[in-house]
Amino acid sequence: MSFGSGAMTNSISEIKDCKLIFLIGGNPTEAHPIVGLEMKKALRKGCTFIVADPRKIWFAQHAKLYLPVKPGSDNWLLNALAHVIIAEGLENREFIKTRTEGYEELKEFLKDITPEKASEYTGIPAEDIRQAARLYARSDKSAIYYTLGITEHTCGTDNVRTIANLALLTGHIGKLSTGVNPIRGQNNVQGATDMCIPNKMPGYQDVTDNAVMEKFENAWGVKLSRTLGATSPTMFERMNKNQFKALYVIGEDPVLSEPNQDYTIKGIKNLEFLVVQDIFMSETAKYADVILPAASFAEKDGTFTNTERRVQRVRKAINPIGNTKPDWQITCEISTRMGYNMGYPSPKEVWDEIASLTPMFAGINYARIEQNGIQWPCPDTKHPGTKFLHEGKFPRGLGKFFVLPYRAPAESPDKEYPLLLTTGRTLYHYNAGTMTRRSSGIIHKTNDCFVEVHEADAKELGIFDGEMVRVASRRGEITARAEVSDKVKRGVIWMPMHFAEAAVNKLTKDAYDNITQTAEYKVCGAKIEKI
Amino acid sequence: MVMVPKITLNIDGKSVEVNKGKTVLQAANSVGVRIPTLCHDPRLEPFAACRVCMVEVERGNSSALITSCSTEATDGMVIRTDSEKVLKSRKMVLELILSDHPRDCMTCEKCGICTLQDLAYEYGVRESRFFEKPDGGVVEDENPAIQQDTSKCILCGRCVRICAEVQQDYAIDFKNRGFDTETGLPFGKPRRETTCVLCGQCVSTCPVGSLVEKQAVGMGRDWEFKQVKTTCPYCGVGCTMYLNVKGNQVVKVTSKTGSVPNDGNLCVKGRFGYDFVHHSDRLKQPLIKKNGKFEEATWDEALNFVASKLSEIKAKYGPDYIGVLSSSRCTNEENYLAMKFARAAIGTNNVDQCART
Ligand code: SF4
Ligand code: SF4
Ligand code: SF4
Ligand code: FES
Repeated sequence: MSFGSGAMTNSISEIKDCKLIFLIGGNPTEAHPIVGLEMKKALRKGCTFIVADPRKIWFAQHAKLYLPVKPGSDNWLLNALAHVIIAEGLENREFIKTRTEGYEELKEFLKDITPEKASEYTGIPAEDIRQAARLYARSDKSAIYYTLGITEHTCGTDNVRTIANLALLTGHIGKLSTGVNPIRGQNNVQGATDMCIPNKMPGYQDVTDNAVMEKFENAWGVKLSRTLGATSPTMFERMNKNQFKALYVIGEDPVLSEPNQDYTIKGIKNLEFLVVQDIFMSETAKYADVILPAASFAEKDGTFTNTERRVQRVRKAINPIGNTKPDWQITCEISTRMGYNMGYPSPKEVWDEIASLTPMFAGINYARIEQNGIQWPCPDTKHPGTKFLHEGKFPRGLGKFFVLPYRAPAESPDKEYPLLLTTGRTLYHYNAGTMTRRSSGIIHKTNDCFVEVHEADAKELGIFDGEMVRVASRRGEITARAEVSDKVKRGVIWMPMHFAEAAVNKLTKDAYDNITQTAEYKVCGAKIEKI
Repeated sequence: MVMVPKITLNIDGKSVEVNKGKTVLQAANSVGVRIPTLCHDPRLEPFAACRVCMVEVERGNSSALITSCSTEATDGMVIRTDSEKVLKSRKMVLELILSDHPRDCMTCEKCGICTLQDLAYEYGVRESRFFEKPDGGVVEDENPAIQQDTSKCILCGRCVRICAEVQQDYAIDFKNRGFDTETGLPFGKPRRETTCVLCGQCVSTCPVGSLVEKQAVGMGRDWEFKQVKTTCPYCGVGCTMYLNVKGNQVVKVTSKTGSVPNDGNLCVKGRFGYDFVHHSDRLKQPLIKKNGKFEEATWDEALNFVASKLSEIKAKYGPDYIGVLSSSRCTNEENYLAMKFARAAIGTNNVDQCART
C-alpha cells in the first residue's frame, strides 16, 4: 500500500470543512446517506466538487466539474491528473522530498500519459481533466472519497494506489479535512477486515511473524498453523477442483453475493459438509447440511467498527427471537464441543481478549466507549483515539509512489455483447436485500430489479421506459424493468445488486484483483433485448 | 488554528463568556440556562418562526424582546430569560399557537414527548383567547413509514427546512395561507411519486404530533418504551440510533442530535429498516438436512452433529480442507471468534469474510 494502511484517513465530522472534494466511483447519497449529508453540508459551505462517475449521480448534478468516466478506464483519468499536476508545476515539492519515495520513476512514466490520450479512453474532454487537476492541487483542503466503483475491478488495487499518488504529489494527506477516504460498504466491513482475514491476525499482525504467532499461542494455549490460508475466492476455486471438504458460513450468502453464480453453486455442491448460520433462509443455506438460526443485531451485545475506524457499541434490546442464539455463542459452543474450550460469559470478555492481543485496540474497552465510540489506532487507555491518519509520518515510513500502467478490464464489450454492464447499490436496499426487502417502509419505494439505459441506446434498441427487458452476458440472463434516462453514460447500463430473483451476479464475471481478490463486479460485456 | 474572539454577556445575572458568532440561545445553554424553543433544531439555520424563545434584552433605560435562537450574542449584552415581560409574551405566543391546534393529547402519538404539550403544561395555558377550529387531519398516503396529521402542524417549518437544508431533497413545503396554512408534498401527491426519499428526517424534527412514525401508531406510549442505544446494522457510516422497545418488540427507531457520527440524522434504512427483526421468515429452530429435506432439530443435536462432522473431516483430510467464512454483518467479537475458531479449534488459516469492500 502507498501509505501502509487501507482505512479512511479522515473522520466523518471533517467532511463539512473540506474545500474541495474529489468523488470518484462512489454515490454517497444512496450508498452512505449520512456521509452524503455531511458532503451536502460542505456543498452549502461552498466546497468545490469534482465528480467522476459513469452515472450522473446527485453530486454530479451539483458539481463544479462532472467527469463521465467510462467504466474500467479510471486508471487513465487518475494518471492523467497526475501528469497535469507535474506538467504544470502544481506538485508539492517539499512534501515529495521529505515524505515520499519513487517520485522520479513516476514522473518519467507519466510523461506520455497526456490528458489528450486519456480522453480517448475515458471519454472525458482533455480540458476538463486539466481543470480538475488544477482545482484539486490548488485547494488547501482537498479530500478524495471513493468506494466500490474504484475497488471492484480486476485493477482495483492499482486504482487505489493511483489515487494515493495524487495525494502524495500534492501533499493532500495527514491534515484535517484533507486525505484519501475509502467509504466502507457494509456496516462492519472495517471491523471484519480488522479481525478476520486469512493471513493476518487481528489488527493486521502478520501470520508469518513468529513473535506474533507465539503471543497468540501463549494466550490461546494451542499450537497455530503457519501454512498460509485461503481467501474466499481461493476457497471457491478449491471447491470447484474438489480440493475442499467443509465450509462454515456465518451471516453471508456467497451464492448471491459472489460473482458468477453457477460456479459458486458448483463449488458448494462439491462439499462434503456445509454449515450455514444466518437469520433468514438464504440462497446458500438451501445447499446446507445444517442451518443454525442466529439472532439479529437487536438481540445481542458487541461492537461494530465504522468506516472512520470508530469502534462503537451494539446493544441487546430484545431477547433472541424464537429459538435463536447470537452468532458469538453458537461459534463458542461448536468449538467447545470440538474439544477447544471457548467459554466466554459475554462479548465484553471477548473484546478484552482482543484488546490485550492487538496493539491498535489496546486502549479501547466497553467502559470507554459507553458514550461514544473511539477511533483506532488507540494504543493505551489514556489515548483519545485517532481522528485522522498519517500526520507527520506514514505507517510504512515514506509514502510510496506507484507506477501503474493501464490494464484493460478482464472483459470488454464486443459485437455480441456491446454494452458495458456495471452494478451498484441503491438507497433503499442493502446488498443481498435479505434485511431491507423484509421492511415494508423500504420496499415501498423500490422493490423490483431495474436496469438503467441511456435514452439514445434505448431508442436504437426500441426499448421504452418501464418495459421489461432481458439483460444477458456470456454467463447468463435475467429480466429487469428498463429505466430510460440520461443518467448513465451512452453505451453503459447499470443495475442494482439486491434482488435474488434477478441476481445480477448471474451476469458478472469472476475475475479478481490479484492483490485483494476483490471481484470485478463493476464491468462486463452485456446486451439488452426486448422480450 | 484560527482563534475565534471571545465576548462576554450577562444572562440572568450570570456573566457568560462565549465565542463570537454564537446566538443568545447557545450562550444561555452553555451555562445551563434553559430557554424553551419550538422551531429551533441545532441541525438547522435559525428561522425565528415560533417566538417562544423570546428573551428580554436591556437597551439603555428601556428593554426589548428578541428571539434568542436567531440573535447573535454581543459583548456587554444584558439578557433576562425569566422576567415578567418574557413570561407574559411567552404565554401569549403559546395561546396563539394553540388557537390552531386540536386538544386531543389523550390520543396523540406524541403525548409525553411533545414540546408543545410540555410548554402548555409548564406555562399553565389551558385555553386560548383566539381559538379557531383547526382544520386538516391525517393525510391519506399509502406509504407505510410516515404519517402526517396537518391539523396538528404548528408551522414551525422544521420539516420543510430539514428536508431542504440537510437532506436537500426539497420534497415538502408550506402550502396555502392564513389558518389554512400547512406543510405537505406538492399537489397532495403520494410520497412514492415525489422526490421524498422516506428518510424520516422530518419526523425526527417535528416537535408535535404532526409527523410521526406510522408503524408505531397505537403501539404504545413513549414512557412505556425502553430506549436502547445501538449502532445501525446497515452501512459503514455506523449511525448511532435508539431502538424503542416494548415487551420483546422493536416498535420504532429514533435518533438524538449530538450523537456521533450522525448528529441525530438517519437514512431510510436506519430509521425504517427494522421490520426484518420480527419478520415471520426468521429462522427460529436449528435445521438438519435428512434425505434432501430440512428437519427441525434441537440445539444439542445440531451442534453435536456439526462438531462431530467437522472433527471427522479434519481427521480424514486435514484442517486445510475446512474453511470458515464470516461476515461484515457480524460484530467484531463474532468475527474474532470465527477467526479464533478456524485457527485454534480447526487448525487452519482458511478464514475470511466475503465482503472486501
Ligand atoms: S422523509 Fe425525508 S425526503 Fe421525505 S419529506 Fe421527510 S425529510 Fe423530506
Ligand atoms: S409538520 Fe411538524 S415540523 Fe413540520 S411545520 Fe408542522 S409542526 Fe413543524
Ligand atoms: S442510518 Fe443510513 S447512513 Fe446511517 S449507518 Fe444506517 S444505513 Fe448507513
Ligand atoms: S425557537 Fe426561536 S423563534 Fe422558535
